[in-house]
Amino acid sequence: MRRLSGFNVVSLTLGFTFLYLPMVILVIYSFNESKLVTVWAGFSTKWYGELMRNEAFLDAALVTLKVAVMTSTLATILGTCAAYVLVRIHRFPGRTLFAGMTYAPLVMPDVILGLSLLLLFIGIGLDRGVLTIVLAHTTFAMCYVSVVVTSRLVAFDESLEEAALDLGATQWETFRLITLPIIAPAVISGWLLSFTLSLDDLVIASFTAGPSSTTLPMKIFSAVRLGVSPEINALSTIMIALVTVGVITASLMSKSAAIRKAKDEKAAARA
Amino acid sequence: MTVSLSLSGITAHYGTTKVLEDLDLHVGEGELVSLLGSSGCGKTTTLRLVAGFLEPTTGSIKLGDRDLTRLPAHARNIGLVFQTYALFPHLTVRDNVAFGLKQRGIGGAERRKRADTMIDRVGLGDFADRYPANLSGGQRQRVALARALVIEPPLLMFDEPLSNLDAKLRVDMRVEIRRLQQANGTTAVYVTHDQEEAFSISDRVAIMNAGRIMQLDTPEVLYSRPANAFVADFVGFENMIPLRAVAEAGDAVRAEMPGGGVLTLPKEHFTVPSKEFILATRPEGLLVAPAGDGIPTTLGLRTYLGRAYQYQCDTPGGEIKANGPLAQPFESGTNAVLIPQPEQCCLLPA
Repeated sequence: MRRLSGFNVVSLTLGFTFLYLPMVILVIYSFNESKLVTVWAGFSTKWYGELMRNEAFLDAALVTLKVAVMTSTLATILGTCAAYVLVRIHRFPGRTLFAGMTYAPLVMPDVILGLSLLLLFIGIGLDRGVLTIVLAHTTFAMCYVSVVVTSRLVAFDESLEEAALDLGATQWETFRLITLPIIAPAVISGWLLSFTLSLDDLVIASFTAGPSSTTLPMKIFSAVRLGVSPEINALSTIMIALVTVGVITASLMSKSAAIRKAKDEKAAARA
Repeated sequence: MTVSLSLSGITAHYGTTKVLEDLDLHVGEGELVSLLGSSGCGKTTTLRLVAGFLEPTTGSIKLGDRDLTRLPAHARNIGLVFQTYALFPHLTVRDNVAFGLKQRGIGGAERRKRADTMIDRVGLGDFADRYPANLSGGQRQRVALARALVIEPPLLMFDEPLSNLDAKLRVDMRVEIRRLQQANGTTAVYVTHDQEEAFSISDRVAIMNAGRIMQLDTPEVLYSRPANAFVADFVGFENMIPLRAVAEAGDAVRAEMPGGGVLTLPKEHFTVPSKEFILATRPEGLLVAPAGDGIPTTLGLRTYLGRAYQYQCDTPGGEIKANGPLAQPFESGTNAVLIPQPEQCCLLPA
């Protein structure tokens, strides 16, 4: 391994500063005693307490969690199904078109996606609320799930499924007993990814939310227009913590799987 | 419960590519038949058709009196051993072996007993609680074997089961496979590209090429009496000498080589199949002699093989390899004749 030269240290510092300085400032000021966001007046956790007593924020948080849980569950089921069909069934009419279309919402601007969904919901007369946000979030989150699960399925040895069929398991039993347990890490990653995506979406939620279903990002955005309060800092810090925990859990899971695999291989080599 | 397997008139396609053409194959009760050929010859396709992972375009597959042709794979009750073993990585050895029993609705205690008995039989008694990742290649192969055998299928199939093992283990495992197959009297199909492996354990071998069976016979017949030039070449008949029958001389046929040189073949030993034919033989099927009734030649490079000398022989029909006795070495450049030994030569239609 090469040593860290002065140049490397400088570029590393610049990069990380650029990425994390805004967040670090936000977190620090969430513990500020003063009401003024730009003046440091000593350490305090009082804004977290204030936050806990703010009904509007708590309601929004509840809506957001509800939406995120429903979205990630629905997106995981649909995304896994899509990935399975696209990887396993090599030939059906329009396969390439389907594969391309699954990924299209990944690159589609949120504004367009939100607008088109809004028009759809108005068109079919669906009242906007938690349900419409969930449907909208599922639309783009399932693409991410499908991408994650596809990459796992491509590396999956198909003869495992054939072996299960050969031993008398039906297609559904094979999927449930063999395929699903083996691709589970990817499916869980997909769920966590959808959860965080839904949690921090502002644009699409703004288009598809109804009067009684304000999500946390929407709440924060509208509150900030009236001026930044340390309460918002506290709330954002909590969200950063949540997302961080999610990401670290997901990466630890895949890392421990890799370590276990390496250990098993060593044990097998000795055997 | 031993049954026979019959494939008749099987044609199969991958997309628009025809991979099997009007294939007939009968495997008798308790018989082990190998499908032997290079990659792309259709041997694995045949196996996948029988397993139910592919559907034939035309033709039928019958196991005993059961028609398998349109039956889904999970309803066929066939034990299959995969090239990659295909062990379920998230299940222990015992659960892998018990998987088929569970699918057949066999209850807890009985299932465990039968799985453990089979694991003992393949010599993995101490490894029942391990995961496949913690096993060596040979051990994984044994688990795959146990998993296929424990369901007591009427038909066992092997898809190049030993190609991922080292040479010594391969020999041990093929003996083991043959022993278990014979002990249960199970009908078996064995796919391989390794001639020695196929010949050593099979009752009969089908040599395949381009989606057809070129010859289906016992290893002994295939080895000494190939029916056509493809099989002859496959089993190591290195010399293929084209000849043309020109005249009958009493109890012999006189045949001419394209570049000159005449050979007399006694009818007692040789049956000429057509006017144009091929004399196929291994190097040991031609005796190098100073004079006599044979192919005239000038001996070229001599190499020592341990059991004999081998000569690169320059003949009117091209270069031929022939073996000569150790007791009588010839110098390079000597004029000699190569006398075909009837029991080691085949006359094949051109």
